[in-house]
Amino acid sequence: MHPILSITITRLKEFTRRPEALFWVYFFPVLMIIVLGNAFQNQTVETFHVDVIENEHSTDLIEGLSDQSRLEVHLVDTEESSRRLRSGKSVLAIIANDNLNDQKQYVYRIDVKRPGAAAAQNIVDDALQKAKGRVDAFTAQETPFDEPGGTYVDFLVPGLLGIGLMGGGMWGVGFAIVDMRIRKLLKRYMATPMRKSDFLISMILSRLVFMIPQIALTLLVAYWMFDFRIYGNYAAVIFLVVLGAFEFAAVGLMVGSRAQTMETASGLMNFVMLPLYTLCGAFFSYERFPEIFHPIIRWLPLTPIIDSLRAVMSEGEPLLAQWPEIVVMTVWSVIPFGIAMLIFRWRD
Amino acid sequence: MSFAIRCEELTKTYPGKPPVEAVRGISFEVQEGECYGVLGPNGAGKTTTIEILEGLLEATSGSAEVLGMQWGHDDNAIRQRIGVSLQETRLSERLTVEETLRLFRSFYTDGISPQEAMDRVSLGEKKDAWIKNLSGGQKQRLAVATALVGDPNLIFLDEPTTGLDPSSRRELWGIIESFADAGKTVLLTTHYMEEAERLCDRVAIFDSGKIITEGTPSGLIRSLGAEHVIEFSTDRQLTDDDLDTLRGIESVDRVELLESDYRVSIGQPHHVLPKLINHLSSNEIAMTGLTTRSASLEDVFVARTGHKLTDD
Repeated sequence: MHPILSITITRLKEFTRRPEALFWVYFFPVLMIIVLGNAFQNQTVETFHVDVIENEHSTDLIEGLSDQSRLEVHLVDTEESSRRLRSGKSVLAIIANDNLNDQKQYVYRIDVKRPGAAAAQNIVDDALQKAKGRVDAFTAQETPFDEPGGTYVDFLVPGLLGIGLMGGGMWGVGFAIVDMRIRKLLKRYMATPMRKSDFLISMILSRLVFMIPQIALTLLVAYWMFDFRIYGNYAAVIFLVVLGAFEFAAVGLMVGSRAQTMETASGLMNFVMLPLYTLCGAFFSYERFPEIFHPIIRWLPLTPIIDSLRAVMSEGEPLLAQWPEIVVMTVWSVIPFGIAMLIFRWRD
Repeated sequence: MSFAIRCEELTKTYPGKPPVEAVRGISFEVQEGECYGVLGPNGAGKTTTIEILEGLLEATSGSAEVLGMQWGHDDNAIRQRIGVSLQETRLSERLTVEETLRLFRSFYTDGISPQEAMDRVSLGEKKDAWIKNLSGGQKQRLAVATALVGDPNLIFLDEPTTGLDPSSRRELWGIIESFADAGKTVLLTTHYMEEAERLCDRVAIFDSGKIITEGTPSGLIRSLGAEHVIEFSTDRQLTDDDLDTLRGIESVDRVELLESDYRVSIGQPHHVLPKLINHLSSNEIAMTGLTTRSASLEDVFVARTGHKLTDD
């Protein structure tokens, strides 16, 4: 049997015979989807909390807002309203006045930067204007759009796939190699005619094999439980996923190329992975970070996987339109592999 | 007779403050078909030397030839024809014996079947056992089997029985003895003198990175000039006068204090023992322990270096 085949088969056996490894790689991402998907699922119709400041006109005001299903109205005094606005419990405070001496009839106390504040203001203003006699110029028809997509789960799935590929490459390849080095297994292999290239190719091949059920399981759960759909080309998705797996296998190889203790290896892995978890748009968009950082973020290894998968899966974009991301992923595949070859510690 | 191994003035110095001279000029030759032992205490440079010869370490200076070939030139050819068992390799715990051997076998162009390798180390019935479920002795035998699977001409064994219980050790000795019958060359390192005495055709005694002496086990012992040893301990320390008197007894070669025991190297116990006991009792020195035995390689080591082989 060719060494590449025998090493790959050996690697598959070693991996599948460890229940803890199987759990972390296959079931944990599924758990994340279920938990996070459910937490963010009830985004059906958002309601807003607004405060009405208590005075002689507040009763009328409350009545004017009473049939707004999207508002939750609270009657409070000024001090409490300040507290509620500060802590985000309400997004808007309304004060009804006497309309004398240039005083406005209604005062909206609002921080427009708060999520939901502007929408709440529109609803309140609309209701109050109508109550005072404004007539609509026309009535528009509302037809619901119900193709699945655009939910947080749709945003999250590519993020989780990216994280799964990253974890698989770092722990599955990098950490596994450090473990072999510590056990002196690498050194033992060096005393045989085994070729270094055969060993490395097998590590990457076995990683690709493990990745298949990992990706498939995550997508299946997203489909069954949350109506997740792939709107783009399936072949494009497969291409991107395979490239991403290669990319992180190479990065994992590089990070694990010299470490000689578990502590060093875990430290390095976390040092690489933790910033990527937060910066690369897995759980929330990186556009929230200041603009000067965006180009840097786009060059981090995890970002292009997530961005291109989102574009293809959710927006149905073609593969070729992802060429900038593909370039970044290829660079992160080739250069770490080259560095690993130069600095790899095979013996002591 | 051709040489399986020849090395000349091998040195290995590790950088540091101060630099560590692990091997300081080692030269020896191993003939084809012989079992050659490297005997010495921990830290003597045995593992460093054997790893240089296995191609796992680069010597700082000196030359070595393995099966007529050199590391750095004929690496793959050498690796195809040697088998190696390192100190402390932990093989994958969740593979079976057979799977492990099949993996190693795939690295060699020629070799024996995994089944055959298993049989040669008596692990046949453990074929489908996971490595994590093997005993220490069985794991060691498997390590030796991985060295056999390429059907090598030359086998390196680095401390093959360290940490094993006596019966496992004897089992492994039997396996190593069978290599000689098959005409294979063996280089083994050990700090157990019985192992070197029993298995090796010739032994090189190492200490602090140098070879102290070399020869057949019986030849080395004979070179002591004193083939027996009396070891005894007393309730109080002997004076220099006492020691001189004892040295004057006929057939006594030397008297030494080693840790808490006195070691007397002698030719004939029946001449020496009565006179020794006589001297001690007439000087009211009580003996608290006494053994007599044949001289061993350990005594050769002690005679040459002044300290013990193992730190028991």
